[in-house]
Amino acid sequence: MISVAVQYFAILREQRGLAQEKIATTAGTAEALYDELKQRHGFTLPAARIRAAVNDEFVSAAAPLRDGDRIVFIPPVAGG
Amino acid sequence: MFRLSAESFDPAALQRTLGDQRAGACVTFEGWVRDRNEGQPVGSLEYEAYGPLAVKEGERILAEAHGKFPILGAVCIHRVGHLQLGDLAVWVGVTAEHRGAAFDACRYIIDEAKARVPIWKKEHYASGDTAWINCATKGEHAGAEAPPPA
Repeated sequence: MISVAVQYFAILREQRGLAQEKIATTAGTAEALYDELKQRHGFTLPAARIRAAVNDEFVSAAAPLRDGDRIVFIPPVAGG
Repeated sequence: MFRLSAESFDPAALQRTLGDQRAGACVTFEGWVRDRNEGQPVGSLEYEAYGPLAVKEGERILAEAHGKFPILGAVCIHRVGHLQLGDLAVWVGVTAEHRGAAFDACRYIIDEAKARVPIWKKEHYASGDTAWINCATKGEHAGAEAPPPA
């Protein structure tokens, strides 16, 4: 079990109802953690449409998570 | 320089920061809040950004533009917060010795910024509905996923 900080933006922030939280998880990768949270909170976006960032840098879906990481799940972007 | 701004800003002042006697061309792009999207009347827009990574990714795009095109200067500023119709949402300015590189780099920067920088846009419609653009899933209107193959 590791403890990570998750930060939510945009549609995920609204669907979660908060902007950040600490989570204890057994998920080994960013994608596994997203799937766990999606199930728990009813996120509508499938993992395939989400990118992940760890400690303010993009990572692959299979990137391993470590205790203390700060994770952001990035819904499809729409600047401009 | 890539920056996020919670306040409206003056494009003329930004353009002056690009001043360079070697430059024979300055191309700028302004993205404005438009009154409709995919046929739906839009009343206002909210932009939200993941600040630290948005700035990093924006700076990477500007560095790429410097690598790909013979330009002298490049700046991009993106608004965050609640914007009204006609407001300036994003500004890109590029200087170069010649116009071709300035046009090409300006186009590159805005296209890449829209595709890669973690900024999200929520449209508020005249109907009172709202939608996060590109985030719809089945059964919703904007950017809805294609149905799975039969």
